[in-house]
Amino acid sequence: MINFQYVRTSVVKTALGLIGKDPKASFIAGGTNLIDLMKRGVTAPDKLIDINYLPLKKIEEIDHVLHVGALASNSELAENMIVKDKFPLLMLALQAGASAQLRNMATVGGNMMQRTRCAYFYDTTMPCNKRAPGSGCGAIGGYNRMHAIFGASEACIAVHPSDMCVALVALDAKVVIAHTKGERKINFIDFHRLAGNTPEKDNNLQKGELIVRLEIPLNNLNKNFHYLKVRDRSSYAFALVSVAAALDIQNNIIHTARLAMGGVAHKPWRLIAAENFLKGKNPTVANFEEAAKIAMNGAKGFGENDFKLKMAPNSIIEALTVAKAKS
Amino acid sequence: MSELDPNAAGDTRRDFLKKSSLFTALTLTPLTVLKAADQKVDERFAEMFEKIPLNLKVNNKPYTLKVEPRVTLLDLLREQLHLTGTKKGCDHGQCGACTVHVNGQRVNSCLSLAVMNEGKSITTIEGLAKGDVLHPMQAAFIKHDGFQCGYCTPGQIMSAVACIKEGHANSKDEIREYMSGNICRCGAYPNIIDAIQEVKEKGTAL
Repeated sequence: MINFQYVRTSVVKTALGLIGKDPKASFIAGGTNLIDLMKRGVTAPDKLIDINYLPLKKIEEIDHVLHVGALASNSELAENMIVKDKFPLLMLALQAGASAQLRNMATVGGNMMQRTRCAYFYDTTMPCNKRAPGSGCGAIGGYNRMHAIFGASEACIAVHPSDMCVALVALDAKVVIAHTKGERKINFIDFHRLAGNTPEKDNNLQKGELIVRLEIPLNNLNKNFHYLKVRDRSSYAFALVSVAAALDIQNNIIHTARLAMGGVAHKPWRLIAAENFLKGKNPTVANFEEAAKIAMNGAKGFGENDFKLKMAPNSIIEALTVAKAKS
Repeated sequence: MSELDPNAAGDTRRDFLKKSSLFTALTLTPLTVLKAADQKVDERFAEMFEKIPLNLKVNNKPYTLKVEPRVTLLDLLREQLHLTGTKKGCDHGQCGACTVHVNGQRVNSCLSLAVMNEGKSITTIEGLAKGDVLHPMQAAFIKHDGFQCGYCTPGQIMSAVACIKEGHANSKDEIREYMSGNICRCGAYPNIIDAIQEVKEKGTAL
């Protein structure tokens, strides 16, 4: 690992001042992704700003909104009683990610900031527009079994690897971001980006900004929900396809539907058109099949990942069916 | 740069701290945090290659050390403290051979910088036995033949102890799920699960 300066602070403002001054500096929280990338030479910050001592660990409910500090660990959030009771979809997604050891280390903010696991991004001898803009994309025409079927560009077909983020986008979370002049709040769905011509940018966090917390509004989606993760082994593997599904069913009518997919796009992929179709309908398999069909509009395979074109709609139907059968 | 200073403009560390305190004063930061900044608590600056002081406890023994920022907790344990029971497998958080407990929680020591563990309490495989008396999990691994080559075993045992303490050892399925971060190339999984289940069912205090 190339050496670096190490700075530690317990003050958010100081951390923001430090990151703003040094274009090659990086925050470090859990480190489970960043240290891995630094060891492989994928990234080489000249300074690490350790933010683990910032007061951003609280998980609390305030006025019908769950506030989650950016430094709460993935395991703390998954074991939190409010999350278990009111946001069980988020709990399932968290439990589906990584291993028990990694969840103890990884933070909520770090989970959002993690990089793709595309093999071409990790292999510094291969072309990759995300790692080295302009060098090309090895995955297009290469080994692309794990890659995107939605929203890909000619520059990049990588996918975002998080499970937690798939649940958060379905739950209409908001991201609170601090900068030297104050705070701003954006919808979770607007946090991550599609690759477009700038695949080096995973998200809309600007240089000098820091995620400080998430805000998740309370909902009626804690009865009929499911997180389905399809992967090569039954635990501790990234998703081929994952689906977060939640339904608010009243008198056999779907009042609200929330659907999002992981492993299929450069960002957590919300299925708004399919949700709109389900609204006001009966929770029948026929309707779930139609919703899955609508969700697959515009999907495109790249050869080795063509199987996802079948796996994705089947996973949507399965997730909705399991969600409906609960309670 | 000889100064341990994050400020590229060449201000002194003192100037920088004054400024950052001033910035802090202008925002809605809680008073306690502001006070901490004023007293320069937790402010550490290290130039590249400079070793920085680190205080931690390993297996209940306090250490005062100096380490480079890039040294991982795993390398610190093995290379500087010569606690070679903790193994380096993949060195990328994929195998679990490096599992240790930090403040009672299991982590991959290969993905943690040593300097990030200031003031923390680390337990390694060497810290489990009481003298010549094996920890119940160590004894159960031997009884159930929970290994062949033994390389993953320290990580498996550290993870297994945590798995029970966390309350995630209530069935074979749950043990499989919560032990999935520890890979065994010899495939001793069924015996590992038997060992964990026995310790869990005996209810011995871990």
